Amino acid sequence: MLKIEDLHVNVENKKILQGLDLEISPGEIHAIMGPNGSGKSTLANVLSGKEGYEVTKGKITFLKKNLFNLEPETRAGEGLFLAFQYPVEIPGVSGMNFLRTTLNSVRKYKKQKELDGVNFLKLLREKAKFIKMDEKLIKRSVNTGFSGGEKKRSEILQMILLEPKLAILDETDSGLDIDALKTVANGVNDLKNKNRSFLIITHYQRLLNYIVPDKVHILSNGKIVKTGDKNLAIELEKKGYEGLV
Amino acid sequence: MSVSVETKKKVKSITEKYKYGFTTDVESDKAPKGLNEDIVRLISQKKKEPKWLLDWRLRAFEAWTKMKEPNWSMVKFPKINYQDSYYYSAPKPKKKLKNLNEVDPAILSTYEKLGIPLEEQKRLAGVAVDYVFDSTSVATTFKDQLAKLGIIFCSFSEAVQLHPELVKKYLGTVIPYTDNYFATLNSAVFSDGSFVYIPPGVKCPMELSTYFRINAENTGQFERTLIIADKDSYVSYLEGCTAPMRDENQLHAACVELITLDNAEIKYSTVQNWYPGDENGKGGVYNFVTKRGACRGNNSKISWTQVETGSAITWKYPSCILQGDNSVGEFYSVAITNNFQQADTGTKMIHLGKNTKSTIISKGISTGRGQNTYRGLVRMGPKAIDGRNFTQCDSLLIGDRCGAHTVPYIEVKNKSAKVEHEATTSKISDEQMFYCRQRGLDQENAISLIVNGFCKQVLKELPMEFAVEAQKLLGISLEGSVG
Repeated sequence: MLKIEDLHVNVENKKILQGLDLEISPGEIHAIMGPNGSGKSTLANVLSGKEGYEVTKGKITFLKKNLFNLEPETRAGEGLFLAFQYPVEIPGVSGMNFLRTTLNSVRKYKKQKELDGVNFLKLLREKAKFIKMDEKLIKRSVNTGFSGGEKKRSEILQMILLEPKLAILDETDSGLDIDALKTVANGVNDLKNKNRSFLIITHYQRLLNYIVPDKVHILSNGKIVKTGDKNLAIELEKKGYEGLV
Repeated sequence: MSVSVETKKKVKSITEKYKYGFTTDVESDKAPKGLNEDIVRLISQKKKEPKWLLDWRLRAFEAWTKMKEPNWSMVKFPKINYQDSYYYSAPKPKKKLKNLNEVDPAILSTYEKLGIPLEEQKRLAGVAVDYVFDSTSVATTFKDQLAKLGIIFCSFSEAVQLHPELVKKYLGTVIPYTDNYFATLNSAVFSDGSFVYIPPGVKCPMELSTYFRINAENTGQFERTLIIADKDSYVSYLEGCTAPMRDENQLHAACVELITLDNAEIKYSTVQNWYPGDENGKGGVYNFVTKRGACRGNNSKISWTQVETGSAITWKYPSCILQGDNSVGEFYSVAITNNFQQADTGTKMIHLGKNTKSTIISKGISTGRGQNTYRGLVRMGPKAIDGRNFTQCDSLLIGDRCGAHTVPYIEVKNKSAKVEHEATTSKISDEQMFYCRQRGLDQENAISLIVNGFCKQVLKELPMEFAVEAQKLLGISLEGSVG
């Protein structure tokens, strides 16, 4: 699914990632944990193709394609999804319109039939109900005036609509109450299947009580310094980064 | 003074040569280049106009010769040589047309190329179309159906022949022939346009629609539209423009006058897409238009909605004079400037009557090297007791070589009036772009989506069918705005 080899990334001439290796197979859930400034969000942004990141060394293959050759929208079409840490507000663009436009754009890329209004609405209602998202919220402008929790819920709604092959959740759990946290976990667990992978970036072990990872990695100073199973997260919670790294 | 022998000869030689239009094979009937009293007389004579109208044109022409081109707007353009233009051009009248099958197929095919649905489709959609080709109407549909209700919907020239009393009563009463340089020019040389009269108590059952199009080469366009909604009546009127590619700048100086009497309402919607010039700023239409409505009656309403995507230069201020008590004026506008386009557009809301109300929503979008100016006046007269205005003026910038300017004028002459003005300027942020792209939209679609959201408040004022076209047009107009 995803293979990262010896990845080095600079941001404004500062070395952030320094030789990161990671391989995710289809159907696997990986969690990346690490202290502030360890390079977690940089990894998410480089994977999704955000500008402003200078890759100085290394390579990334996604579904056997060189990721660096693909525009951000092509990566999305290929099935790479990023749930943003800070989803941006787009005033004036209704959530409904945004969701339909993006879904149809991805479907078009996959050479699937675009959904008409009626079928889209049916699908949307079903998914919104599943993650307990108020329909009124979807009618409002994208993320505009949403609380932190509402924004994260909206990201999960988009994820389950777009049905990506690889979903990256960038600190989706931070700032969530326990109910919202369970909703996010339900979204992931529901989508989980043998062909779909997840990369969950988080500070805390909390989310991993609900989403059971196949592998847990600890990122420090731009490198993965330790890899284990779900118990590594529990150990980390007890000892802290300083005790483990 | 009669038409000079010289002019007559020229006209004869040109019209007899079977001149082909440059895009379609419609025979073009042109007066010689240049403007003088003889040309004004020729136009009037060609149209078999009554003397009072000729006199009106001549007074306008005389006034025009003493006027100077206005220079207060933000737009810049090379000096126009008014003597280097044709002031009359019309498809040759062959015989009276009974139905659309008799319309020159070349004309119909041109409309088809422009993506304008055929009249049959229009009919099914409930739209009567009064086609204006170059300056003269060649076919009018649904006149009969409308006539049963007493509605008059015809070309301006026809109205002059068939309903001279109405034309004489209202022409120039909203835009006097001395109003401004371009309106005065139009008053002297206007060729044709549309005329609408809705009798008392009648709600026009369909959207009335006219497509304008510049066709003959180097022909200044001087349309004149007059719409009167008598007491307790209602009409929604659509105006849409497209023009083919060309290199030479073209002057378009139209006049639109609207009049509502007691409890009447006119809704006037425009999608303007004249040729904007190429990406280097070469060519394009100069759109210097005077549009004004008078809410003469109590409780009457005039609503302007415009989507301005075309023209090299747009200079246009659809305005409302709120004379009647409790009358309402509205102005909803989207203006896009891309490449080297310039737009200086806005409105005037002149509150005269008691308890009059106006709303202004303006959305300006600039990209490329486009310059976009909102210029508006809200005036509360001494007798406009409890007059209210709300203005919202938003600008969106895409890229870093374009400009947005806001020039609001507010004059309040009585203490009970309330005027609110809100304005914002924003840019499409890199974060918004990336967010959309991460969800699978390419850059152009992302911009189109964000811009459509920005304009939504205005687009929702358009009749449904028009709104869809306008949305497409926004997308097309923004092409190439990301590098």
